[in-house]
Amino acid sequence: MSNSDYDIIVIGGGPGGYVAAIRASQLGMSVALIEDKHLGGICLNWGCIPTKALLRASEIKHMLDNVDEFGFSVSNIKMDIDKITKRSRKVASQLSAGISHLLKKNKVKVFEGFAHLVKGSSDLKTVKIKAKGKDILMTSKNVIIATGARSRNLPFVSSDGKNIWDYKSAMIPKKLPKSMIIIGSGAIGMEFASFYNDLGVMVTVVEALPSILPNEDEDISKIVETNFVKRGINIKTNTTLKSVETFDKNVSAEIKCDGKIETITSEKLILAIGIIANTENLGLEKFNIKIDKGHIITNEWLETDEKGIFAIGDVTEGPWLAHKASHEGVLCVEKIAGHKNLNPIDKSSIPGCTYCRPQVASIGLTEKKANLQKLNIKVGKFPFVGNGKAIALGDSEGLIKTIFNDDNGELIGAHMVGPEVTELIQGFSIAKKLETTEHELMHTVFPHPTLSEGMHESVLDAYNQAIHY
Amino acid sequence: MSVNILMPALSPTMEEGTLSKWLVKEGDTVTSGDLIAEIETDKATMEVESIDDGTIGKILVHEGQEAVKVNEPIAILLLDGENLSDIKSIKKVPPTESVQEIEKIESKEKLNFSSDKTSKINLDTNINIENLKKNETRIFASPLAKRIAKHKDVDLSLVNGSGPNGRILKADIENFNNNKDLLQNEIISNNNNSELIKNSSMRKTIAERLVKSKNEAPHFYLSLDCNIDQLLKIRSMINLKSNDKYKISVNDMIIKAASSSLIKVPKANASWENENTRYFNNTDISVAVAIDGGLITPIIKDVQSKGLLEISEDMKLLANKAKDGKLLPEEYVGGSFSISNLGMYGIKEFSAVINPPQGAILAVGSGEKRPIVINDQLTIASIMTVTLSCDHRVVDGAVGAQFLLVFKDFIENPSLMLL
Repeated sequence: MSNSDYDIIVIGGGPGGYVAAIRASQLGMSVALIEDKHLGGICLNWGCIPTKALLRASEIKHMLDNVDEFGFSVSNIKMDIDKITKRSRKVASQLSAGISHLLKKNKVKVFEGFAHLVKGSSDLKTVKIKAKGKDILMTSKNVIIATGARSRNLPFVSSDGKNIWDYKSAMIPKKLPKSMIIIGSGAIGMEFASFYNDLGVMVTVVEALPSILPNEDEDISKIVETNFVKRGINIKTNTTLKSVETFDKNVSAEIKCDGKIETITSEKLILAIGIIANTENLGLEKFNIKIDKGHIITNEWLETDEKGIFAIGDVTEGPWLAHKASHEGVLCVEKIAGHKNLNPIDKSSIPGCTYCRPQVASIGLTEKKANLQKLNIKVGKFPFVGNGKAIALGDSEGLIKTIFNDDNGELIGAHMVGPEVTELIQGFSIAKKLETTEHELMHTVFPHPTLSEGMHESVLDAYNQAIHY
Repeated sequence: MSVNILMPALSPTMEEGTLSKWLVKEGDTVTSGDLIAEIETDKATMEVESIDDGTIGKILVHEGQEAVKVNEPIAILLLDGENLSDIKSIKKVPPTESVQEIEKIESKEKLNFSSDKTSKINLDTNINIENLKKNETRIFASPLAKRIAKHKDVDLSLVNGSGPNGRILKADIENFNNNKDLLQNEIISNNNNSELIKNSSMRKTIAERLVKSKNEAPHFYLSLDCNIDQLLKIRSMINLKSNDKYKISVNDMIIKAASSSLIKVPKANASWENENTRYFNNTDISVAVAIDGGLITPIIKDVQSKGLLEISEDMKLLANKAKDGKLLPEEYVGGSFSISNLGMYGIKEFSAVINPPQGAILAVGSGEKRPIVINDQLTIASIMTVTLSCDHRVVDGAVGAQFLLVFKDFIENPSLMLL
């Protein structure tokens, strides 16, 4: 093989790409990373992180509204939406700068520009970068495509940044609208619904499927829905969006539910109906790379049908989560490095979190999916109302549900809604990864008083041994 | 720092020995070169010298203990100014019942169980088991893998783990229906001169069993030539009528003949179980099948009650399953007698290694035309040489010879098998 400029070229600097680049460098490979917009990708700049900063603000607002219960009284609370969004932006830029530093420290050569693959004559991969007027050509033994995804539009409605927002516009409102419609009740839709509702906006959520958070266990979705409705969020499930008309100061949406057509109007409309992979203009069509439903198809080691070209993260098949992308980045680099004893990613062991209020976190199969697979299951449920710490926190709404395979005691699913469950779910992730059975979980000592005791009780309940419920 | 006094190797090949006598006791002061213990192997007795000055802090191996591994600590030597509490990790001394105590217990057991001989606990065996367990390396497996293995009756020691550091995972057990796992060869290094391949679990198991067999079972070998003209004639007659529905092989007929012979000479249908010898009523014949990366012996069960057609079908099914790595444990664990046939490779005759705990194995060579003498006349006949390897602990020479004569009779007069 002729000499290449790099061992690995990574296209895309999001949580998949930059992690892959750093891992490759740790393993002694020479690495180039090409990023078109911002290091850290959507996750860090316009996704996971800045939304968490926003949700922290709305959580504080919720606390301020309820300080009474704890013996305080506050009056004259003022809200500055500009300050809230500025803080969120500052958090994002701080972390993005951090990525830049990490890459530098790990001697990853970072290029700014838009990359595409060029069909070369040798067995090396050639990548061409269009950057500020001049083109750069570079070769490498391996290429990792980590170009991510963007939000999906509907054929009849696209975000315009004015009254129809995508996630990005929704993160930097210039002023707080009085009302908004959110199309889609996945994690993104629910987080914005929770955020804006807590800040006092009239929110309507439109979901085509029978329940909100349709990927979550039904018991969990139901609890979130009850909570949202109680807070005044208007939930419209089994409802499809037919058309949207924008006006100067508002937007009206024609929706259809049970055959009935209705028009609803609000100041803003957020499209949160999923993502579409960034596969365009990468030169993929010249290679033996399969794309299905918009996403690049790889084998279990993240390699495409074209030898030496890998794809990770949102540009590939789901679940579309930052932690899955990072993990894939590490796995594919270690595979390239020839590491032994690697295991493909088990998609049933990737936790998912939604940071609305109440928080939702889950891993593995829902009860419905387990039943569809005709598994013999045992289900345990423990409500936070039986948990001392949750009651002391004044936040005891929620449930921990665990699902075991009755044949062998395998933990096949865990679903939680309630206080800090996004921080708790990792316990079940570790349990799943280590392949513990109910026996080890039952005999693990959980500290008292903690929210995590609820996890223990839920496991006990699956085997009819719950103590506090 | 205290010093561990290790079991010395008295010869380059010594792996273990008996600590026959301590010449010092705990608390004794020794100087470098002092004699401290006597070690005995099957070849020699030698004295062990202290390698340092100090005090004997702790004796770790009691006098008379057998099978002490070379380099195992036998005592701890405290150096100047140290006392026993300085030693953080003292290897636990194995329970040191004296010989008298053992005898006492044994006689008690005898009293307790005198009415039931089979349940008499044999202390020797127990001690051996203890030793074996100590030598076993810990198998890392996830709790879930362990539980599924238990349900599916999978022996974890045969499973290659795909987890970190070879930890056995659920998927490894689920994929272990087959013996493919046993065969996975991992290439460790590869250069122009050689390729280093990690031994698969199957290779290790084969190695372990064969070494055990050759070490423990005193083999002797009996060979006999069988005239197979009649057998071949009958075989082609049977197959002529088959309309391609079946095809009986010479091997199928050998399996049947072996079974019929075992029924006539039941003493050859036996296995050695240390304290007891087991004589089988059924003839479960293990047949060696070569598979990629090793061999396996699927069992044709109850051959005595099966006809050639059924034997042939069983054999085909089991051989295919073996080659696809799909044999279930009950299909290859057990058996009362083995047959290994290398006739198809043109091997004239060979001696096979006994498949323990079985008492014998029949090695079958190729059938070929040879000049033979009948009634002082030189004539031509198809001759097949068979060699019986016997474990002398179970099958004595006369029994083996008797078996072979009966076997020869069945092979040369196949119609007798109809009886």
